[in-house]
Amino acid sequence: MPLLKVTIDNVEIEVEAGTTIMNAARQVGGHIVPPAMCYYSKLEGSGGKCRTCLVRVAQGSAKDPRPMPKLVASCRTLVQDGMVVENTTSPEAMDSRQAITEFLLINHPLDCPVCDQAGECHLQDLSYVHGLEETRTVEERRVFKPIDIGDKIKLHMNRCILCYRCVMVADQITDKRVHGVLGRGDHSEISTHIQQAVDNDFSGNMIDVCPVGALTDNTFRFKSRVWFMKPFDANRNCTKCSGKVVLWMKGEELLRVTGRKDKYGELEEFICNDCRFDHKMVTDWTIEGPRAIERHSVISQNHYGKQ
Amino acid sequence: MATQILLKNIDVPGLTDIHVYKGLGGYSALEKALKNFTPDQVTEEVKKSGLRGRGGAGFPTGMKWGFIDKQSEKPRYLVCNYDESEPGTFKDRYIGELNPHQLIEGMIIGSYALGAKSAYIYIRGELFYVIKIIEKAIQEAYKNGLLGNNILGSDYSLDLYCHPGAGAYICGEETALLESLEGKRGNPRIKPPFPAIVGLYDCPTVVNNVETIAALPWIITNGSAAYSAIGIGNSKGTKLISACGHINKPGIYEIELGLPVEEFIYSDEYCGGIINGNKLKAVVAGGSSVPILPAELILKTAAGEPRLMSYESLAEGGFKTGTMMGSGGFIVMDHTTCIVKNLLTFARFYRHESCGQCSPCREGTSWMEKILMRIEGGQGTMKDIDLLVNIAKHVEGNTICPLGDAAAWPVASAILHFREEFEEHVKLQKCPF
Repeated sequence: MPLLKVTIDNVEIEVEAGTTIMNAARQVGGHIVPPAMCYYSKLEGSGGKCRTCLVRVAQGSAKDPRPMPKLVASCRTLVQDGMVVENTTSPEAMDSRQAITEFLLINHPLDCPVCDQAGECHLQDLSYVHGLEETRTVEERRVFKPIDIGDKIKLHMNRCILCYRCVMVADQITDKRVHGVLGRGDHSEISTHIQQAVDNDFSGNMIDVCPVGALTDNTFRFKSRVWFMKPFDANRNCTKCSGKVVLWMKGEELLRVTGRKDKYGELEEFICNDCRFDHKMVTDWTIEGPRAIERHSVISQNHYGKQ
Repeated sequence: MATQILLKNIDVPGLTDIHVYKGLGGYSALEKALKNFTPDQVTEEVKKSGLRGRGGAGFPTGMKWGFIDKQSEKPRYLVCNYDESEPGTFKDRYIGELNPHQLIEGMIIGSYALGAKSAYIYIRGELFYVIKIIEKAIQEAYKNGLLGNNILGSDYSLDLYCHPGAGAYICGEETALLESLEGKRGNPRIKPPFPAIVGLYDCPTVVNNVETIAALPWIITNGSAAYSAIGIGNSKGTKLISACGHINKPGIYEIELGLPVEEFIYSDEYCGGIINGNKLKAVVAGGSSVPILPAELILKTAAGEPRLMSYESLAEGGFKTGTMMGSGGFIVMDHTTCIVKNLLTFARFYRHESCGQCSPCREGTSWMEKILMRIEGGQGTMKDIDLLVNIAKHVEGNTICPLGDAAAWPVASAILHFREEFEEHVKLQKCPF
């Protein structure tokens, strides 16, 4: 099949037909990649909801060079041959990204100092780059009480940005989904159906796909900030999953087990709850070596194998 | 008297009964379509008639039908969007309540043109009494051989279902409607693909408004030329307008497109003027989501021409000095109306009805409502007015479906045209009305 030529922020690349603008940009990498809060390449049908990845299409295709009338979600828009996309070079797209960041934050509790996700939170990264310096809201924020939606998973609905990733994880990699989005609009919330608990072998992946601190690991809560820990690649023989994980160590102590995430924060492989929650002894694991962490990440400050 | 297409026989007692409807020439258009026309010829007639979608966007119906994927081997569907829930619009209710067979006849003709074997009427759940009337009419149509296998002895078969919604405004958006019809949460889908390619159950689907479908029998009976002879410019035929607010004669009127707005508001045939002889202040011309216009701009365009009730004339001047035809919910406000309070009511509605899927709409609608509540309650600041404009600008066009636009346009236009009134609220620290 012939490759399609697409220009993103003046960088020209050739990609296969059926590639989205987001994935084309990821093939190049670097700062031209739009941020993704809801899109997750491993989850079918994800994306299009958070609108942080909006970009301007200055030229629709070589055949039809008209610009697209609105900003488009780069995670859900397929590239056409001869398409010209402006991401960071479009003031319009950057302006709307700033606005979206503000929208995502107006009901966010900004409780990073007590949030387990701090240091590996996509919303933190997003607001660091695109956020306003001051808040323009004086209104009260939405308030929910934290609840356990499974015995190992804590839900802080206040922090949720309704990306639907956890819903898709439950739909696509577990046999039965018991949680979902209830209600509408700004009063919608993630929750389980009445008196049900999320309980299946792969439910822990909800924690890993959550871009913010809405879903956290009950076995790890408040144990340590992520930048005080050192991540190691490790594996074990697991009958349910690949057993390839990251161990988060503080000194000699194993505090947390997560899946391995790539540079876009996406899991390389989904892991099972046995590996995640029930094997907290270093002796359970074969350690492969220190995990490479991006130099810019706050986690890298205690890390020796810098990228 | 203007030509009556949709409301011609509406006053005939017992019109919901199939025999009364047939006695007035009902279902003869269906017979004509099945015997004399191929499906493509029906589509061609509709194209030539210039009929445009009456749900709000005004997209040419025949062209929409032309987009349906006929190469695909999947079944095709026609869905009637009866989820009428725009504040100010109450026209479709009338058709189903008083003349359901005209809708059913239109559904069969449309389905025949599209080659659909099943068709659905997705009706707003709050119209529970209309659902009963339509269900009864569908049963009558089945008994009389107008639905089911081999309609009127032809080789065309169709099943028609009436599906009640559960009361969400967002399910009037066509892809959310399809999700809801499939039994899922009514979240709009991300487009493309459009329903004409991937619609109901992933099959090619056309979604049309009630009024659009109800106009089909007349077009087939009288011919596309007769239909396109009515109206002006690219606005052909007649349109139902549901007029409400501070007028002497609120109600549903069928107008020929191209009627001057001034005549519509002041003539005794239609709205009959403003209540108590009050002064006209503003008009929302097409349901709550279209931009509001002050009296001087609704009666005359910025160029000084008389404004007409047509798609083009109402839109003249863009969003600076114009508005939209929308779904025909004509809300008239006299000088006693507080624009801020009115806007707050709209904003509250959109906050409540936003599906919450995409962030600009979910957060923007509630933020705008809270700010408006502050201004109306006397706690607003001058900064808030600019903030509202800024939020509206960032919600508009950045959302998955048009609900974000629908929430942003009224805010942007009200501040554009009535800024002094917002400032007065802030200065007085209370509502002056």
